Amino acid sequence: MTDKQRVCVTVNGRRYERWVEPRLTLVDFLRHELHLGGTHVGCEHGICGLCTVLIDGRSGRSCLTLAVQVDGAEVTTIESLRDPSTGALHPIQQAFVDAHGLQCGFCTPGFIMTTVELLRENPDPSDEEIKRALDGNLCRCTGYQSILASVRLAARRLREGREA
Amino acid sequence: MIPAAFEYLRPRSLEEAVACLLQREPGTAAILAGGMSLIPAMKLRLARPATLVDIVRLRGLAGIVRSAEHLRIGALTTHAALGGAPELARYPVFAETAGVVADPQIRHRGTLGGSLAYAHPAADWPAVFLALQGEAQLFGPQGRRSVPAEDFFTGIFETTIGAGEILTEIRFPSVRERSGAAYSRMCLQASGMALVGVAAQIMLDAEGRIDHASIGVTGVNAVPFRARSLEMRLRGVLPAAAALRDLCATGIPEAEPLSDPHAAADYRLQMLRIHAERALGRAFERARAAVPGLGYSAPVTRDGEPVVRP
Ligand SMILES: Cc1cc2nc3c(=O)[nH]c(=O)nc-3n(C[C@H](O)[C@H](O)[C@H](O)COP(=O)(O)OP(=O)(O)OC[C@H]3O[C@@H](n4cnc5c(N)ncnc54)[C@H](O)[C@@H]3O)c2cc1C
Ligand code: FES
Ligand code: FES
Repeated sequence: MTDKQRVCVTVNGRRYERWVEPRLTLVDFLRHELHLGGTHVGCEHGICGLCTVLIDGRSGRSCLTLAVQVDGAEVTTIESLRDPSTGALHPIQQAFVDAHGLQCGFCTPGFIMTTVELLRENPDPSDEEIKRALDGNLCRCTGYQSILASVRLAARRLREGREA
Repeated sequence: MIPAAFEYLRPRSLEEAVACLLQREPGTAAILAGGMSLIPAMKLRLARPATLVDIVRLRGLAGIVRSAEHLRIGALTTHAALGGAPELARYPVFAETAGVVADPQIRHRGTLGGSLAYAHPAADWPAVFLALQGEAQLFGPQGRRSVPAEDFFTGIFETTIGAGEILTEIRFPSVRERSGAAYSRMCLQASGMALVGVAAQIMLDAEGRIDHASIGVTGVNAVPFRARSLEMRLRGVLPAAAALRDLCATGIPEAEPLSDPHAAADYRLQMLRIHAERALGRAFERARAAVPGLGYSAPVTRDGEPVVRP
């Protein structure tokens, strides 16, 4: 074992300071140190996209990122989406429920975090743009069509919400 | 999957980073850039550095600078940044290549320098680096040196980067009049890596004949290479589609194709010809679009840039 290293990171708006082994990945840091289990782990080598979180606003693989690398950064995970006062699901989460964008739900946090980034940058994406954005996320259950429909529904609701 | 334990250093300057590398036993310390190749390799124990020297926060190693003579790209510039940089509007081959490397999450963190330094035999950027006749700028204990693309790769996962050296910048000659470049690849569905990838750059003379062509190939040999003999045969050719196809069909003698469970050698050769033809065809269209009055007008954007076809 090597010396522990200090990591100061803001996760979902809250600042944390921890001493960790350099080999600890960000996803293990989130799950085991901060007890934020919403971010899932699948392949652990960068293929499946399950572990997607936002690092300084950009989607990234938390299984291929070390916790020490995000020292000073802002990390956003699926836990940030639910409305803290009412407990209501985020419109993107609700759209995945309503349009059957999940079955087992294992892949869902990754898809949703990628969708958060996509719709922030492009509120009205074409199907082609959605597919390109979700290229790094795999799902073994849905066959993807209902995920596409969920993202379209979420985009529409978010746009309407903004206009209303 | 957890990597073997290692020491993590985050130097504040390039000089300090070199010192960190030199103070350790030779071969035991590795540079960490985006980590998108190194960390998976460490999880599989294919790499087992005792020390990681994280250079991602070093200032001045990321970014794109254009001057009259050069296009200079910092080693830490990410694939995503190369895909959307306004400075690269006249170099559509960068967006085209960045768009096929891995997926969005990897493109946000993986870097051009990391891709070249890793020297995966099927990585995409090495083909572009060769075709655009880039030069790697290295900084190390003996100061700075510059290595042309053709001398950079020395083996599978091996480059000319020496002990204590860091790749700081990749430099390309500025785009010339009547020139165009393109990248075409066939990829493996499962891994997303190239089975064959060809980057081509064409410069036309005033009559629209090929004055100079350079072709970089990845995924075929153990080491990416320039298709020099095809480049020679292209000289002086009026590049109609049929002419390009015929020339590519005559073969690329530098190819010593790998045979592996993904593709047999002769299949790779066949795909190499096809993708050479596609890359050359697209490079030619872009070069032609840059010449008014050649009796052909390729689609251009409002800014006069050739439209990038997928
Ligand atoms: C799932 C997946 C799919 C991928 N698909 C593709 C693909 O389709 N095409 C493709 O080309 N690549 C692909 N890659 C690789 C990806 O492009 C990596 O980003 C890139 O190869 C490495 O860049 P990095 O910055 O992450 O380097 P790192 O992983 O940090 O480093 C890679 C190596 O280079 C060395 N190094 C890094 N920077 C420097 C430097 N400045 N000076 C000296 N040495 C340095 C490191 O020591 C290490 O040995 C894929 C990776 C994954 C995980
Ligand atoms: S767990 Fe990170 S990509 Fe699969
Ligand atoms: S819902 Fe089961 S893997 Fe996607």
